[in-house]
Amino acid sequence: MGDSATRPLKRTALFDRHYAAGARIIPFAGWEMPVQYEGILAEHRRVRTEAGLFDLGHMGEVDVQGPDALAFLQYTTTNDISSLAPGEANYGMLPNDTGGVVDDIIVYRMPEGHEGYMVVINAANIDRDLARWDELRQRRSDLDVTVRNVSDQFAMIAIQGPNAESIAQKVIDIDLSQVAYFTLVEGTIAGVPARIARTGYTGEDGFEFFPANADAATVWDALMDAGKDEGLAPIGLGARDTLRLEARMPLYGQELGDDISPYEAGVGWAVNLRKGDFVGREHMAAVKAEGAKRKVVGFKMVGKTAAPRTHYPVQVDGDVIGEVTSGAFSPTLGENIGLALIARDYAGVGKPLQIIIRGKPVDAVQVKTPFYKRAAK
Amino acid sequence: MSAPENRKYTKTHEWVQVDGDVVTVGVTDRAQEELGDITYLELPETGDALTAGEAFGVVESVKAASDIYSPVDGEVVDRNSDLVDAPEMINQSPFDKAWLIKVKIADPSQVDALLSPAEYDEFAGEATH
Repeated sequence: MGDSATRPLKRTALFDRHYAAGARIIPFAGWEMPVQYEGILAEHRRVRTEAGLFDLGHMGEVDVQGPDALAFLQYTTTNDISSLAPGEANYGMLPNDTGGVVDDIIVYRMPEGHEGYMVVINAANIDRDLARWDELRQRRSDLDVTVRNVSDQFAMIAIQGPNAESIAQKVIDIDLSQVAYFTLVEGTIAGVPARIARTGYTGEDGFEFFPANADAATVWDALMDAGKDEGLAPIGLGARDTLRLEARMPLYGQELGDDISPYEAGVGWAVNLRKGDFVGREHMAAVKAEGAKRKVVGFKMVGKTAAPRTHYPVQVDGDVIGEVTSGAFSPTLGENIGLALIARDYAGVGKPLQIIIRGKPVDAVQVKTPFYKRAAK
Repeated sequence: MSAPENRKYTKTHEWVQVDGDVVTVGVTDRAQEELGDITYLELPETGDALTAGEAFGVVESVKAASDIYSPVDGEVVDRNSDLVDAPEMINQSPFDKAWLIKVKIADPSQVDALLSPAEYDEFAGEATH
């Protein structure tokens, strides 16, 4: 981390597109990324009602291959990779040795005819994830596996929203209606090859595409053109954050971290204690057996108030019992919503909290999450 | 949008319009553009005393909360209560409908010391680099 301030910011293959579109560019995880185009509220609503296109070129991709790729991923991640058929994916954690989380990841088993796995990781964690896998490879030198950072070879572009499939189908050769949620296929987008996954981080239907970096602009332009009559527009990181928050998807560094158990973060479902040994398993098993001491809960502010923000203290009866991990004005609900990591005894839907906003306690109430769930098709 | 004439400006992106010993205070177009979609506004009450350079209110966008600083010493004599219920008006009409407060000033020379429209435009332009 020490040299991150002096390292020059990187640009994705689509930077010129964002600049030309008038995006506001901010530094994010070592990259110059678009935070907004037309405005966060409009972009957010567009993804909920039509479709949005996201440049996620900063995200990391790692190929794990070799005869023991499965055994290595079973050992170094929390979810059960052995349950994945070719082309299937699951969400899980790269754990540390003490029951916390180095990163949250999606592991895709490559489709029929291809070997190994692709793991998609957070931009800010690429270096530490690779260092962690390096360390674990040495620990398990009995396993024959290669872990290759292919982040610089692949672009990542997501299309999300109710019109995503209809738009993408115009420029993709395979039948997208046959691509199930959390699966990966190889296909062709506007004539160029790409990995195509039905995954996302918005709570909407949609796809994530992984073309070669050199083909990123071809894919971006073809999708923008295909979507021009169906409301497609580019979406920045600002709306990406409010979209994922409404869908109660955790963000590493906020709901997840080195000292937060997945069971505290509410993603215990992505930990499989029955699959056999994996790093950190005994710590996670202990937390599960005893019950997490803290819990990430959803809340809404009562009435018209300022928005809760990350690290704002949370109190009950004058005692600080935790802090806000994420908070924002919810464009869909028109209310201020948030997630907070609090002492377990205070957690419960309907129970009150007070959020300390600029020194003053402001009333909030715990609510069920997700805050937003799209209607079934 | 360049800064309207007949007003003075601060380096913290507030504007001031003088009418006798009362000034109207708002935030500039540049401020609302930087903030993005504005979702919440906190204003002082009528009768509150303000100190030049100190925060008198808060404006929040989807992304962040920002203090609004008083350009002058004085007493709040009016507040735009409608704006508290419709803070997005700051995005739409920062120089006109979205005035924030009116302040009875103690020392008119404080206004003279603020930036002229040309000085503010130059400052705001430079601040983007």
